[in-house]
Amino acid sequence: MKTFTLSKLMASAAICAVALTSAAHADPHPDAELIIDGELKLNVRAEAPAHLDGALPELYSGWLFRTDETRALQMDDFENPAILAVEAGAELWETAQGATDQSCADCHGDAAESMKGVRASMPKVNENGDLWSMEDYVMNCQTTRMEAEPYGWNSSDMRNLTSFISMQSRGMPVDVAIDGAAAPFWEKGKEMYYTRFGQLELSCANCHEDSWGMMIRADHLSQGQINGFPTYRLKNAGMVSIHNRFRGCIRDTRAESFAIGSQEFRELELYVASRGNGLAVEGVAVRQ
Amino acid sequence: MNSRFISAALTSAFVVVAVSASAEIKPADVVWENDIAIPASLTGVPGDPAEGAKVLSARSLGNCVACHQNSAMPDVAFQGNVGPSFDGVGARWSEAELRGIVADAKRAFPESRMPTFYEDDPAAFIRPGDAYTAKAYNPETFSTLLTAQQIEDVVAYLVTLTEY
Ligand code: HEC
Ligand code: HEC
Repeated sequence: MKTFTLSKLMASAAICAVALTSAAHADPHPDAELIIDGELKLNVRAEAPAHLDGALPELYSGWLFRTDETRALQMDDFENPAILAVEAGAELWETAQGATDQSCADCHGDAAESMKGVRASMPKVNENGDLWSMEDYVMNCQTTRMEAEPYGWNSSDMRNLTSFISMQSRGMPVDVAIDGAAAPFWEKGKEMYYTRFGQLELSCANCHEDSWGMMIRADHLSQGQINGFPTYRLKNAGMVSIHNRFRGCIRDTRAESFAIGSQEFRELELYVASRGNGLAVEGVAVRQ
Repeated sequence: MNSRFISAALTSAFVVVAVSASAEIKPADVVWENDIAIPASLTGVPGDPAEGAKVLSARSLGNCVACHQNSAMPDVAFQGNVGPSFDGVGARWSEAELRGIVADAKRAFPESRMPTFYEDDPAAFIRPGDAYTAKAYNPETFSTLLTAQQIEDVVAYLVTLTEY
């Protein structure tokens, strides 16, 4: 870049900075705390993990970037519309399916014990060396153990059941493994995160690492964390899965997206999850 | 219709096509200066600042205000701040520089988040899509984000923004 262009740009950046001081709405909320029903505190801030090499100064949940009204919905389980999905999922947990006529509960018992910590560690490498998301584990139980027709990755049954399972880790810190067998998947996900897709040539990092806290038209950019998923989106009036969110963000770069449930999205999920290591699993979140 | 009439009609049709083709500079033929400026108009037709203002603010067109704030448009809701403010942009840059930045900002700012508005080669992009459908691009319809004339219109508007 020529020095003359740089100095002109610095001039405009300096002016920009002045303008920004008055526009405090652009930052994550400075001191809001996410306390559910006045009892359970979820950590919406965390120290950035070492593997981020300083890419983020501190981790912030997407909750901190939302309006007062949206944040309030998630502080009260009676107001939180995502709790309906959790309740529907709890019923599915007990429902016998397939040729073996078994329910999840028949094998796994009380989800509060058997499923505790599962969301916090997903996705992870299974015993065959494949990287699996929570949806893969559910589908595998359905086909091999229950001999049932598996739920579709993005079906409402799957979103409800994964909401219920995620809820069992509410408050636990996200802690996905990125070393050992997970390392090659993580590297691929990282490469994707920095790839500038589509005709707009925007990477995940362009929006969620370089621009978090800024406004892109009406949208207040967060760090794009997935600790709150599955998430109730007010805009969709329904639960959104992690891969569906990825698909939408890539579509918005005028790109050919990847398929929900694809290997690429599993790898991206691992990398994005690891960027949130330390934030609390929110179980089910509410976003705009 | 006699054959002389047909050939006359064809000739005039050919002339019209030839004129517009020679007047509009395709993305691949743009002549750059110092990797930031495009001195020549992309169309030869003077830009219309009023049209440019529309392109700047409409979500379906340039949607420049998604990333740039512009005090001269107080009625346009939800102006972003990913890029610098447009205030004074016409005083900071020449018309040729503005044309270059709008056409392909990455010439001057290689890592810029700003999209390239004048590039019609799908091979220049990674997984280019068919607009916002999430599907693969259609080779029949893939085109620049803005037309040559829309870029001239935007530039004609930006040069008027001389006040800070
Ligand atoms: C053009 C800008 C842009 C790009 C590129 C982009 N996103 Fe987003 N993303 C948004 C906006 C806007 C939102 C909604 C506001 C927010 O939470 O940041 C969002 C939200 C999200 C969320 C939901 C966060 C929450 O708290 O609910 C996740 C997760 C996410 N993005 C991940 C990604 C990933 C992964 C990529 C790359 C594959 C990506 N995004 C690329 C603009 C973008
Ligand atoms: C996704 C974000 C984004 C969009 C959309 C965008 N820009 Fe930019 N623009 C930027 C950024 C960031 C810069 C700062 C240059 C850099 O990247 O270093 C910039 C710089 C500029 C500059 C020169 C900087 C200055 O001194 O003010 C001009 C002029 C400009 N943009 C015009 C436009 C126009 C016109 C459009 C729409 C047709 C547009 N931009 C759309 C992000 C964007």
